[in-house]
Amino acid sequence: MIRLLVLFLLLAAPVKAEEIVLGLSRDEVAITATFQGSEILIFGAIKRDAPIRTDSDLGVIVTVAGPDLPVTVRKKDRRLGIWVNTESVDVDVAPSFYAVATNRPLEEILTFTEDLNTRISTQRAIRSVGATIDNAQSFTEALIRIRSDQGLYLKLPTGVLVQEESLFRTLIPMPANLTEGDYNAEIYLTRGGQIVDLYSTTIPVKKVGLERWLYNLAHENAFLYGLMSLSIAIAAGWGASAVFTLLRR
Amino acid sequence: MQIYLPIAEVSVNAFLLLGLGGIVGVLSGMFGVGGGFLMTPLLFFIGIPPAVAVATEANQIVASSFSGVLAHLKRKTVDLRMGTVLLIGGLVGSGLGIILFNYLKALGQVELLVQLCYVVFLGMIGTLMFIESLKAIRKSKKSGGVFVPTRRKHNWVHNLPFKMKFRVSGLYISVIPPLIVGVLVGVLAAIMGVGGGFIMVPAMIYLLGMPTKVVVGTSLFQIIFVTAFTTMLHATTNYTVDIVLAVLLLVGGVVGAQIGTRIGVKMKAEQLRIWLAIMVLAVCGKLAFDLLITPSELFSLGAGGH
Repeated sequence: MIRLLVLFLLLAAPVKAEEIVLGLSRDEVAITATFQGSEILIFGAIKRDAPIRTDSDLGVIVTVAGPDLPVTVRKKDRRLGIWVNTESVDVDVAPSFYAVATNRPLEEILTFTEDLNTRISTQRAIRSVGATIDNAQSFTEALIRIRSDQGLYLKLPTGVLVQEESLFRTLIPMPANLTEGDYNAEIYLTRGGQIVDLYSTTIPVKKVGLERWLYNLAHENAFLYGLMSLSIAIAAGWGASAVFTLLRR
Repeated sequence: MQIYLPIAEVSVNAFLLLGLGGIVGVLSGMFGVGGGFLMTPLLFFIGIPPAVAVATEANQIVASSFSGVLAHLKRKTVDLRMGTVLLIGGLVGSGLGIILFNYLKALGQVELLVQLCYVVFLGMIGTLMFIESLKAIRKSKKSGGVFVPTRRKHNWVHNLPFKMKFRVSGLYISVIPPLIVGVLVGVLAAIMGVGGGFIMVPAMIYLLGMPTKVVVGTSLFQIIFVTAFTTMLHATTNYTVDIVLAVLLLVGGVVGAQIGTRIGVKMKAEQLRIWLAIMVLAVCGKLAFDLLITPSELFSLGAGGH
């Protein structure tokens, strides 16, 4: 990790006044049979050529986003006494996981226009174009609410700890029900609501070992996988019967 | 102990799955139902994605039914000939059912239709069985505990062509009614993601007039093949069979089925039927209740697609 830090210090371009130097507690998340979720420690330093600015407050925003997938949000309504799915909105792009950690509430360290451009806040990270329903807003709100309850969308308004205006760290908890893929970690540095530096990196989340093998087999050799599932079922059924016959004697 | 399921992509408690498998297995062995109509909703409840729950459940039913049928074969309570006729109908039906299922899915209301199917069929069958078995119990009490089953009178079932002798069941009837029963059960099984035993068992007793003794074994025999067929269909088209989930459920399930079969032998046929009726009505009531009360979350998420 120190080597990485040194490397970034050397590569750092001299144009910007403040720059991010980053480290990660792990560079990939491996999903094993006993996977129960994971925590990623993202830490770094702010490199400066000039003395610390005092004219405006420093903001640090860390976002971690899972692969974007389309989602259909459905709403139930009462029809003839029973609850039925009636309206639906197709959300074109919604990250399967999205965490926003900041050192202070997001509105204080990021202007509205900057948010519009960079799509940092959860509301902006979700895009649904062409929704024809009047209250489409309530559907995206529902999406955020449901995913937040599942621990997939996180808002950590004081999740980033900044020390002496130059060192920062944050811990992003990730639940077990993660979608496989490349997760983008982005770190923004803001001054007076304006982004002054951005650093991004990817953290691959993937199944390993037996989980990987079974998943691949199920998708690439589906017929074989089906036969395997059936033979295990038959063998287990026969085995239990045989064991119980022995026990009865 | 938490375990991550590779296809369902969720982490669940392994002992919870073993326990669920065991309880449903006992019921399966006792009543000759696959237990899918209980297990599938239970899996939804613990957070398994519905598509994975339905497909994996089919695979698990193969195991518990196989275990159960072996016990029945030893006691010679399986009508293999009747089972084969039902099976032919069942395979045709499940093929038709999957076509129907995909059609309803395109309409976007498949979830509701599945639930309504459950409520309607479970309600009808549960009520019918409950009344019949109450009558039977009353009758057996009046005659001093010795209940002599009355031979079914000749009805339309006996006037159809293509008659066949089913020796184990002691029947000489046309193959058309069992074929139709098989097809109907196959269609419902594919739509509702269950083995279909809870529909087939009453149909065999009340429609075909089979003796209760052979109904359970024969039903299990048919279910093995229909669910094996469904498992292969799901595995090759939707990739939704989770083998880790299936193994955990079936370890509990096969043991439970063995215990259940032994409990079933000790119980009287009428008692067995009344308990099955109560169970069917309870599940039906719960599902109907869920449709009627205001849900706590009006919105739901589904895989996107245009």
